[in-house]
Amino acid sequence: MEFAFTDEQVMIAETVQAFFKDNATSERTRAAMKADGIDRELWASFCTELGLAGVGLPEDFGGAGLGMVEFAIIAEAAGAQVAALPLLGLATAAQAIAAGGSEEQKAEWLPKLVSGEAIAAAQSIYGLSVSGNTLTGDVQFVPHGASADVFVLINADGAWIVRKDAPGVSVTTHTTMDQTRPLATVSLAGVAAEPLADAGAARDALHNGAWICLSAEALGGAQEALNRTVAYSLERVQFGRQIGSYQAYKHRLADMLVDIEQARSAVYWAACAVDEGSDEARLAVHSAKSFCADTYFMCAGNMIQLHGGIGFTWEHDAHLFFKRARSILSMYGNGDWHREQVAALIMGEAA
Amino acid sequence: MKLGFSQAEEQFRAECAAWLQSQLNGDFADIKGLPGMNSMIERRKDWEQRLAENRWSVIGWPEEWGGRNATIAQQVIFAEEYARAGGPNRANHIGVELAGPTILAFGTEEQKAKFLPGIANGTQIWCQGYSEPNAGSDLANVRTKARLEGDEWVVNGQKVWTSLAHYSDWIFVVARSEEGSKGPKGLTFLMMDMHQPGVEVRPIEQINGDAEFNETFFEDARCPADSLIGTPGDGWRVAMGLLAFERGVSTLGQQMGFRNELDAIIAAAKTNGLDKDAVIRQRIAKAEIGLRLMRYGALRMLSHADSAQIDGAALTYKIQWATWRRDLGELAMDVLGQAGEIAEGDAYEWSALPNMFLFGRSDTIYGGTNQIQRNIIAERGLGLPREPRGDK
Repeated sequence: MEFAFTDEQVMIAETVQAFFKDNATSERTRAAMKADGIDRELWASFCTELGLAGVGLPEDFGGAGLGMVEFAIIAEAAGAQVAALPLLGLATAAQAIAAGGSEEQKAEWLPKLVSGEAIAAAQSIYGLSVSGNTLTGDVQFVPHGASADVFVLINADGAWIVRKDAPGVSVTTHTTMDQTRPLATVSLAGVAAEPLADAGAARDALHNGAWICLSAEALGGAQEALNRTVAYSLERVQFGRQIGSYQAYKHRLADMLVDIEQARSAVYWAACAVDEGSDEARLAVHSAKSFCADTYFMCAGNMIQLHGGIGFTWEHDAHLFFKRARSILSMYGNGDWHREQVAALIMGEAA
Repeated sequence: MKLGFSQAEEQFRAECAAWLQSQLNGDFADIKGLPGMNSMIERRKDWEQRLAENRWSVIGWPEEWGGRNATIAQQVIFAEEYARAGGPNRANHIGVELAGPTILAFGTEEQKAKFLPGIANGTQIWCQGYSEPNAGSDLANVRTKARLEGDEWVVNGQKVWTSLAHYSDWIFVVARSEEGSKGPKGLTFLMMDMHQPGVEVRPIEQINGDAEFNETFFEDARCPADSLIGTPGDGWRVAMGLLAFERGVSTLGQQMGFRNELDAIIAAAKTNGLDKDAVIRQRIAKAEIGLRLMRYGALRMLSHADSAQIDGAALTYKIQWATWRRDLGELAMDVLGQAGEIAEGDAYEWSALPNMFLFGRSDTIYGGTNQIQRNIIAERGLGLPREPRGDK
């Protein structure tokens, strides 16, 4: 029974927590928000100095050969600072290529993604017109889509790689509520897409990666929202007392911790289950995504409320957490959808 | 980080499971799956003895006291298999999980010899005398008095919510032994024989019509001078040490019981078609997720048993399961619909799910209400200041 980090995992956690705390500062994140939602300097350090982009990717293609537990540790730390990074592309597109790509596809893309030379994004393309490997239509809500060099697109029948510079690809950027992860529409006009060799494996890896990444970001964000609110409650004095001494305040903070501890179990259960190929993996990833997203939104909402007026301002960081939390709720399936998947797993399909 | 257990641990699991199933489908089939704590006490004492004869009753204890020196993982496995096999609630769970470990940790050799064998084999059933009418969650407000007269302690006062006192042989009592002392000072932790003049037990009828809780009155009740654990006036420290035993491996066995309850709800929903109802499906999924997260939370806690880094999770656990189970009761009643309103017998006698719904209202109260738990989490887990107290 070892449902605890190994020494190596503890070391990774300490390293990445310090890295994001020191570097993914509010000032830098806000500067990135005004641009394309990516702190390029942070991304370069992340990929090259620390070599973290390859953590969940195979060693043959420049990765570190570790698993989703280690990836989750990183996403948690990045999420805690609402870092403006295209991390989700590593969790989805890179994972899909690693799991379902041919040797040539892996050799072409994975080293570039690990080094940070290329940025990837992924999305589902339900409703698009697919003729053989030619795709036509608009792919909506592509995270960091305007900055990506390569897209992995999936539907129930297949999985494809599409290059940003392929003929017929055009990208529309959107102003997105969460400016740390802006969404784009990728328009495809008869684009010749390159099918991934094993679409099923790619799809599973993409989904598992997305759900674990978002769950872990949510966990980190929720914990940080709690930490910052606790710190504020010890500073702020009203009616002659630190506001953290009032039960109405304490009980909300306690409820945050109760859910965060469950979210922590959820993230590492899911990551471990995927790494181990456990029978519980599907149940675990759906559980984690729904529970962690709800927890983050609750905690980020409380962060605003418990800071009072200052929490509602642009100047304060609370809105960065709140907006990230809101976007995670919708991404890659909302809570009701994930819970329905859980229901189907334990008691069969709905009528 | 791993989810599973080692091969040796899985072998141990198979050994536990085989033995438990042979017993609970054999000699003890009559108490398999028995709900509650109140019925068939004599048979459940027999069961404690059968467990002890095979060294399954207190597996975490040292071998010299009837245990197996089992690792935490083994204790977890046994607790899970016990619940999975339909083992009844342990008649002596307070003795096994609280009194025994306290005596092992703080007792003298004489006390160990006097009490541990009887706890291990179920011939000494224990209850816990902490709460009082004016000292529920505010344990430092204990008023029951103990005074030393010659070679005996003489105890006067009243305890309340004494679970299972009506069939217990022994009680541990926190009593005020220093006249005029206040708060946690001047308390003494005594082990008292329930079978003596001066100890009166009055069952309290509960919301579900059952009576597992009691009022316990002491009127010049006595125990030998050496019946205390620790030293006179040191009872608070012992009592707090004992509370630490309460969060442990039994939580995982408890979850297997919850699993059975949730499965019963799913079965009921399949019977009446509510398993196709979108809202009910959402609620069942939430319950399933909550249950799984409790399991992995407990495994996380126990994997870090020697470490302080998991304190947050440990502090939140009581509120987590108590709230989850209260909600489960509400889900059960919504799934049962009006069928849940009808008692089984002529008496006010409930089948498992409606009983769970009613009993679940105590889960968020005993052992510290959810409100007290939130204060504990906030103060010890998050370092928030205490609220100014009215009594100071």
